[in-house]
Amino acid sequence: MARKITIEPVTRVEGHGKVTIQLDPQNNVLESRFHIVEFRGFERFVQGRPYWEAPVLVQRLCGICPVSHHLAAAKAMDVIVGAGPDGLTPTAEKMRRLMHYGQMFQSHALHFFHLVSPDLLFGVDADPAIRNVIGVALKFPDLAVQGVMMRKFGQEIIRATAGKKIHGTGAIPGGINKNLSIQERDEFLKGQDPMNITKMIEWAKAALDIFKDYHKKNKDFIDSFATFPSSHLSLVRKDGALDLYHGVLRAVDSDGKKILNDVDYQDYLKYVGEEVKSWSYMKFPYLKSLGKKDGWYRVGPLARLNTADFIPTPLAQKEFEEFKAYTKGKPNNMSMHMHWARLIELLHSAEMIEQLLKDSDLQGDKLVAKGKKVKEGVGLIEAPRGTLFHHYRINDNDQIEMANLIVSTTNNNEPMNRAVNWVAMNTINGKKEITEGMLNAVEVAIRAYDPCLSCATHAIGNMPLEVSLVDADGNILDQKRK
Amino acid sequence: MPDVKCLIYGYGNPGRQDDGLGIELATMVENNPQLKHHVDVDYNYQLNIEDALTISEYDKVIFIDAAFNIDKPFVFYTIQPADTITFTTHYLSAESIVALCNDLYKKQPESYMLAIQGYNWELGLPMSEQANSNLQLAYNFISEVILNRFSCCITG
Repeated sequence: MARKITIEPVTRVEGHGKVTIQLDPQNNVLESRFHIVEFRGFERFVQGRPYWEAPVLVQRLCGICPVSHHLAAAKAMDVIVGAGPDGLTPTAEKMRRLMHYGQMFQSHALHFFHLVSPDLLFGVDADPAIRNVIGVALKFPDLAVQGVMMRKFGQEIIRATAGKKIHGTGAIPGGINKNLSIQERDEFLKGQDPMNITKMIEWAKAALDIFKDYHKKNKDFIDSFATFPSSHLSLVRKDGALDLYHGVLRAVDSDGKKILNDVDYQDYLKYVGEEVKSWSYMKFPYLKSLGKKDGWYRVGPLARLNTADFIPTPLAQKEFEEFKAYTKGKPNNMSMHMHWARLIELLHSAEMIEQLLKDSDLQGDKLVAKGKKVKEGVGLIEAPRGTLFHHYRINDNDQIEMANLIVSTTNNNEPMNRAVNWVAMNTINGKKEITEGMLNAVEVAIRAYDPCLSCATHAIGNMPLEVSLVDADGNILDQKRK
Repeated sequence: MPDVKCLIYGYGNPGRQDDGLGIELATMVENNPQLKHHVDVDYNYQLNIEDALTISEYDKVIFIDAAFNIDKPFVFYTIQPADTITFTTHYLSAESIVALCNDLYKKQPESYMLAIQGYNWELGLPMSEQANSNLQLAYNFISEVILNRFSCCITG
């Protein structure tokens, strides 16, 4: 009799994910599937609304990265009002960049201190009762305080550029609605220790050192866990530099050969398709040139460091060279190296914030550009978890009549399935019970991608990880939850 | 009782119908000068680690969130510090925030949860009628709590 193991994080309402692993009668893994139920209604949500409302409305899609949606929608609207994608004033573009790098900084810091540092500091096999952010607070309080302050620093950058914590209004079609005052700038540049950018750069480097130290001592695990070849996709600057705000679309295969060669993302539909599968609410994007079967790709920090030729800030560039040397210049296909790449981006984001704060264009007063209005626009941005696509078309009444969003987690749908499949094949194959170790391995694989789970619906409830062993008829044979 | 420094902290997503109950109630408190005189008000889409620092500056904290399984218009209870193990940055409980505050800042604000029953959670639609009714009951309750200077909270 075939069996299924179901691993189901039960979120509250709409969004939840579960892992289903199909076993044969000998308990060998036949197939595994990672489901995320989310994003339903995103497009419908904005249809019929005036186009200028989109940058504010879409922030409601995600409580973790509202800024990414805010900016991606604003970039699409720049095109619609005839100001984009390259026509913003220097003040507008740099204010948006500051907002975005602030978002990147806080999100990457949060991921590291909340999800990754417990594994690195206590070991991935440590007792889950201590291997969590509270455990870090108890045993490594100085480090935990750093995590809190880094997150807070990024949040303050967002507040200064977007206007407020929720429903920020900083970016508007064609520009921004405020610049950065000298007082605000100086608070970030010279704020009382530790709330200044110099300290943030120092702490970002220290976080990177924690990962590198763990890697040195646990090379086999870090290099082999959930490793599989894939293509990689991201924006890059026109000269090939890492650029998280704007650029052209580039994709490389697992050997580094360019599949998409710096194309204009306004034409993304020529290059990217979305496949629907019966068992998942979430679509599976693919590169049309490679077809549905082979066209899947990874996005996010690892993909970005695989597609970029260099990083345009000195400290991160030095780390990038070490990162690239590790795979002899070839793309890095090791899932756990996502953490390494994320921390290099953390450092880069801090350096970018410093560069931007020292740029007097932030105090400029030309905030908005306008041009000839068109009916359709695409906005892409590199969100913390990967490339985020926003595409809108408006009607004669300036209402949005079509919206298409491909969020980072959707782009990573197939890679996350591959990562979970790796875990299934390597830790669950031949077993008939779900152990703590198996559950942990699934968590570690999913954590590397930090998928967005039904963004921002957070009524009181629980988000446990539930593991069920069920037979072919759907009967639960074993169930564990934590 | 002597003056206490109190924070009202609502969280949830106002873009998802009843999930916005926490922020809605916090906003109602903020907009009432009589109530606002006694408390600070904050809100966000969700809780996060820096909220441990925020609450460390208060004597009492009342978190407000929507709930989907309490079978009453609202419930009010003391929060005990507890860790939460998750595989995602997308969820941190109020209990974890209080635990982090205790561990990192050695502060133990009396912390409470006001959980309001919600029913519908779709994107972009208005709050349900029942949730609105619960919101009003919860508003009456928290107004009493604030105007009576948190006397009901003294023993937790």
